[in-house]
Amino acid sequence: MKEITRRSFLKLGGVCALGLLAAPVLNAFGKGSLLKVTSDPAAKSAQRWAVVVDMQKCWAGGGETCRECIVACHREHNVPDIPDQKDAVKWIWKEPYENAFPGQGNAYTEEGIRGKPFLVLCNHCTNAPCVRVCPTKATFKREDGVVMMDYHRCIGCRYCMAACPYGARSFNFRDPRPYIQHENQAFPTREKGVVEKCNLCVERLAVGLPPACVQACPHGALAFGDLEDPDGEVRKILRTCYTIRRKPELGTEPNVYYVI
Amino acid sequence: MPEKALSGSRNYWAWVGFLLVLVGLGFACYLLQLSRGLTITGMSRDVSWGLYIGQLTFLVGVAASAVMVVLPYYLHNVKVFGRITVFGEFLAVTAVTMCLLFVIVDLGKPARLLNMILYPTPNSILFWDMVVLTGYLFLNLVIAWNVLEAERNAVAPPAWVKTLIYVSIPWAISIHTVTAFLYAGLPGRHYWLTALMAARFLASAFASGPAFLIILAFIIRRFSRFDAGDEAIGKLAQIVTYAMITNVFFLGLEFFTAFYSQAPTHGMETFVYLFRGLEGHGRLVPFMWTFAVLAVLALALLLNPATRARPTTLKIACGAVFAATWLEKGFSFVVAGFIPNPFEKVTEYMPTLPEGIITLGVWAAGLLILTFLCKIAIGVKEEAA
Repeated sequence: MKEITRRSFLKLGGVCALGLLAAPVLNAFGKGSLLKVTSDPAAKSAQRWAVVVDMQKCWAGGGETCRECIVACHREHNVPDIPDQKDAVKWIWKEPYENAFPGQGNAYTEEGIRGKPFLVLCNHCTNAPCVRVCPTKATFKREDGVVMMDYHRCIGCRYCMAACPYGARSFNFRDPRPYIQHENQAFPTREKGVVEKCNLCVERLAVGLPPACVQACPHGALAFGDLEDPDGEVRKILRTCYTIRRKPELGTEPNVYYVI
Repeated sequence: MPEKALSGSRNYWAWVGFLLVLVGLGFACYLLQLSRGLTITGMSRDVSWGLYIGQLTFLVGVAASAVMVVLPYYLHNVKVFGRITVFGEFLAVTAVTMCLLFVIVDLGKPARLLNMILYPTPNSILFWDMVVLTGYLFLNLVIAWNVLEAERNAVAPPAWVKTLIYVSIPWAISIHTVTAFLYAGLPGRHYWLTALMAARFLASAFASGPAFLIILAFIIRRFSRFDAGDEAIGKLAQIVTYAMITNVFFLGLEFFTAFYSQAPTHGMETFVYLFRGLEGHGRLVPFMWTFAVLAVLALALLLNPATRARPTTLKIACGAVFAATWLEKGFSFVVAGFIPNPFEKVTEYMPTLPEGIITLGVWAAGLLILTFLCKIAIGVKEEAA
C-alpha cells in the first residue's frame, strides 16, 4: 500500500475544505438577491372548493342565450375557438337537461326544465377518476380540492379523458394558438398534444379573486365557496335549496351542485 | 446468429423491401402527425382513443398467446411444442414491440414518454401496463435468444433460462389482465365496466395468437425446410377452437346482462349502436356483422374435426379467427367504449387515411422484425437438423 506523505495529506485536506466551503460561501453572497416565494396574503384558501349553479337565475336574467360566464372563462384562459367540433376545446359550456343529467329526464319532465340548457364544467371530484388514472401525475388533486393540470408534464395519453365520466376534458388535437381571438398575456397558452380543462381559476384564487365565471355572471347564478365551511355561501344554499349533482351513483363525489 | 437474417433469396429481399416501403410511408405520415398534431386522425373530443389504441389492445393479446405454447411444453411436457416455442416467443417479442410503437404514435407528446418513468405513479394502470409490457418484451427476447443459441450449439439452455421461462408464464397472463384493467376500472364507460373484461381479453388472445402462429407455421413450411409438424399444428388448432368458443361465449354473457337487465348502465345502448345503430348513427354495424359471420364461419370449420385437420380449411378458419378478433377487439372495442358519450350523444369515429398509413407502417415494422427473427430461428434449426 502506498504511503501518503504528511504534505500530500495536508494538500488533500486543504482542497476538501475548500470544496466544502464553496457552497456556504456562495450562498452567503447570493442570499441578498434571492426572491422569496410566498402566497399573496389575500389568497383564498379552503378545505374543499365547490360551485353551486342556479339555472333558474341564469334563465330568468339572461334567457337561454346568455354566455357571459363562458366568454369570461375562455377569454381569461386563452381557450381556443376551433370551428371543427371534432377538435373542440371547451372548459365550460351548456348542455340540455336530459344530456347533462342522463337518466333523470323522462317523457314528462316539467316544462320549466325540459330541454333547457344547463351549465356544465369540470366537477373537481373529491374522488376523481382522472387523477387516479394519470400515469405521470400531470393531473393531480390539490389539498383544497381543485383538480389541477401540469401542462408541462402531460404526455397526451388521454387516459384521463377516457376516465372522466362527465366529458369535462378537452385535448389539443392541433396547435391552439391560431384559434385564440383575444390573447390574455397574463395566462399561458397550451401546446398541441396536451389535455386541458377547467382549473377553477386557481390563478385568481391565489390573489383573492373568485373564479372568472362566478364573477362574470350578471344574474348571480353561480355561487362559489368552501364546502367544509358551515357558514360559507355554498353551505347556506345547500341547507335551504334542493340540489342535485351529475351522476352521483358513480362514486366520484362531484363538487358542482345544481339548484333545482 | 443475427447474420442469418442478412442472407436470403430474392423473394426474401423483395418481401423485406416491400415492408420497408410501408414503414417509410408510415413514418412520413407520422412526421406529418408530429407537425400538425393528432387532428390528422379521426379521433375527437368524444372518441379520444381510436385505431392506435385498438391495435395496441389487440396486439397485447397476440403477445400473451406465447404462453399457450410455452405452458404446455415446459409445465406439462407436451413434446411436440418443443420445436415451436421459439416462434411463439419471437411472435410475442414482435407483438409487444408493435404495442409500444402504437403507444408512441398515439401520444400527444411522445418526447415526454420518459415522464412515466421519472414520475412513477402506481395508482395508474397505464404505469403498470408500461412495466409489464416492457418486462415481457425483455423476458421473451432473452429467453428465445438463449434457447436458440443453445440449440445452435447443441447444448441444453442454461438453468437460469428455465427460471425466466417459469416467470414468463404468469407474466403473460398479467400483461393482458393489466391491459383489460385499463378499461374495466373506468366508472363512466359502461361498455367497458365489466368484471369479465380480463377474461374476455384472455379468451380472444388465446384464439387470435395461436391462429396467427398456425398460419405462420404454414408459411414457414412453404418457404423453408423447417416444419412445425402436423401434431403441433393440430394441438394449436384445438387451443384456437376452445379459445374461440370461450371468446364467443363470453361475448354472449355480456349481451345477456346488457339486454336482459334492460339497464342502460351495462352497455346496452353501446351494443345497440354496434349491431343496429343508435339515433341514426351506424357506421360500425357492417363491421360488427362481418365479425359475427367470420366468427360463425371460424367455429364451423374449427369444431368439425375433418375441416380442422385439413390444411386449407384450417388456414381459412385461422384467418377468420384473426380477422374476427381484429374487428371486435382491434377496432370496434375501443371506439364503442366512447359511444354514447357522457352526454348520451353519439359522435362517430372512422380512421383517416394518414392514421391508416401510420397503422400500416407499424404493422410493417412488426412484420419486418418477425421476418428477421424467424429467419434467424429457421436458419439455426435448419443448421441443427
